[in-house]
Amino acid sequence: MTAPTATGDGLILETRHLTKDFRGFVAVSDVSLRVRRGTIHALIGPNGAGKTTVFNLLTKFLPPSSGAILYKGEDITHERPAEVARKGMIRSFQVSAVFPNLTVLENVRVALQRRLGTSFHFWKSDHTLQVLHGRALELLEAVDLAGHRDTVAVELPYGRKRALEIATTLALDPEMLLLDEPTQGMGHEDVGRVVELIRRVAADRTVLMVEHNLSVVADLCHTITVLQRGSILAEGPYAEVSRNPQVLEAYIGVAE
Amino acid sequence: MSTPDGVQESRAAWRLGIITPRRKRIFFGLLVVLGLVLPYLVYPVFLMNVLCMALFASAFNLLLGYTGLLSFGHAAFLGTAGYVTGWLLRSVGLPVELGVLAGTAVATVLGWAIGALAIRRSGIYFAMITLGFAQMIYFLAVQLPFTGGEDGLQGIPQGKALGFVPLHNPYALYYFVFAIFALGFAVIYRTIHSPFGHVLRSIRENEARALSLGYDVERYKLVAFVISAGLAGLAGSTKALVLQFVTLTDVHWHKSGEVVLMTLLGGMGTVMGPSVGALLVVAMENYLTGFGDWVTVIVGTVFVAGVLAFRRGIVGEALHLARNFPF
Repeated sequence: MTAPTATGDGLILETRHLTKDFRGFVAVSDVSLRVRRGTIHALIGPNGAGKTTVFNLLTKFLPPSSGAILYKGEDITHERPAEVARKGMIRSFQVSAVFPNLTVLENVRVALQRRLGTSFHFWKSDHTLQVLHGRALELLEAVDLAGHRDTVAVELPYGRKRALEIATTLALDPEMLLLDEPTQGMGHEDVGRVVELIRRVAADRTVLMVEHNLSVVADLCHTITVLQRGSILAEGPYAEVSRNPQVLEAYIGVAE
Repeated sequence: MSTPDGVQESRAAWRLGIITPRRKRIFFGLLVVLGLVLPYLVYPVFLMNVLCMALFASAFNLLLGYTGLLSFGHAAFLGTAGYVTGWLLRSVGLPVELGVLAGTAVATVLGWAIGALAIRRSGIYFAMITLGFAQMIYFLAVQLPFTGGEDGLQGIPQGKALGFVPLHNPYALYYFVFAIFALGFAVIYRTIHSPFGHVLRSIRENEARALSLGYDVERYKLVAFVISAGLAGLAGSTKALVLQFVTLTDVHWHKSGEVVLMTLLGGMGTVMGPSVGALLVVAMENYLTGFGDWVTVIVGTVFVAGVLAFRRGIVGEALHLARNFPF
């Protein structure tokens, strides 16, 4: 797979010297990431390398100790999480993030609902939300969940929950998707399905994903950033990164 | 906060067709008829007490059951509204409707002030902040001259509804209170089943996820808090009118605890649960007065037994039962 050619301002997300210090423990140290628009970019590294912390910094769930984050050229270092989400950068979570006691349809609908602009209207009937059902079903169709529209999300098997989560995320039509270990804890067939799904949705979007399943990353991602103990160890396409002796030592030895 | 079980049961009841729009209309229709006939069968003052506490608990449930926020200071809104209404009716001579509205308005504003600070924390910290503020309100109620301190604010005139219906007639007063309850309950019902209510539910289910979908969860929580405080105030203003006095018990933290108890007993996260819980608690307090101080012990025992045996609350358990024996 060839990566789209990079131009000078082809970056959608950039971090500059990002550092996070938890009372003396430096979880993320001087990380400067450059994610090009339209690519699938992976963040890999052994356990404790700081992947999820970087993720939480990017989505503003954690404030950085120093450094800057630029999204589409705009400094978002001090924005609030909901604000970042509204700018088109949507994250997923490591543990599946569905709304457990809402139905499958309602899960997706909640994401669609914000655009109606009636989310504070406590005097309106919820029948007004039915206009969203068509779009919600389309999104569910795309992840093979339309047949489960009235199932309560908590009752779905794990792989399907992740699919629902992706459908919910896509409902926001994000420019940039941040996926936190999208294939974690999945069986083999489910992994294949989710990889296909990511490839499909990435056709007109940018994806940054944390992953430690190397085989997933190899086929799917244009650029791979390897983290170790909070710092960037190597960066580049899989073929290049996987030959890097430091990476081999630090990471491949850990994976199977 | 984990999802209350009553919520799962109501959802299941909808899904399985135990609750349908038609059955719902019939059910509420019957309740209205019952509400209109009941004062001729049961002592009206008792009924009005139940209605006030049912409204209070339902308002509280909007936060606990549908937003996942446990407030431990809701007596502040009940009591403050009661004092304001009582004072305005007695010492300023406002018409009844305006007095009740003003009490509600003050509770709403107070809810905004307390809520704005409390929602910055969650879980037990949220509960403790609300309790802290409620204790300050209690202190004010003890100290301020217009509340009557330990003696309470007494002799609230009931006046005339719409300028001509004399409310010292218990039946007239009952229908006035019933109308207020119906209105307040309708507001809560609509809020639960509104676009806003769906966002609240998503916040209760998974706050981080709601945030990542672009919802400013704090603003939604604040609006829910303000609505809940305002309606708790409406209940307090109405109660002041019914009993013609307001005392320190209305702002005491016992009241804040009692409303938690009613809601859990009846079934949090269910539409009817808090009202059923309120009926039960008020009935026990009323009909067991012969036992003196032992009432607290009896109510406590019923609560412990109830929560141990019926984890989902009475209404939650009833729905669960209906699920196993569909009709």
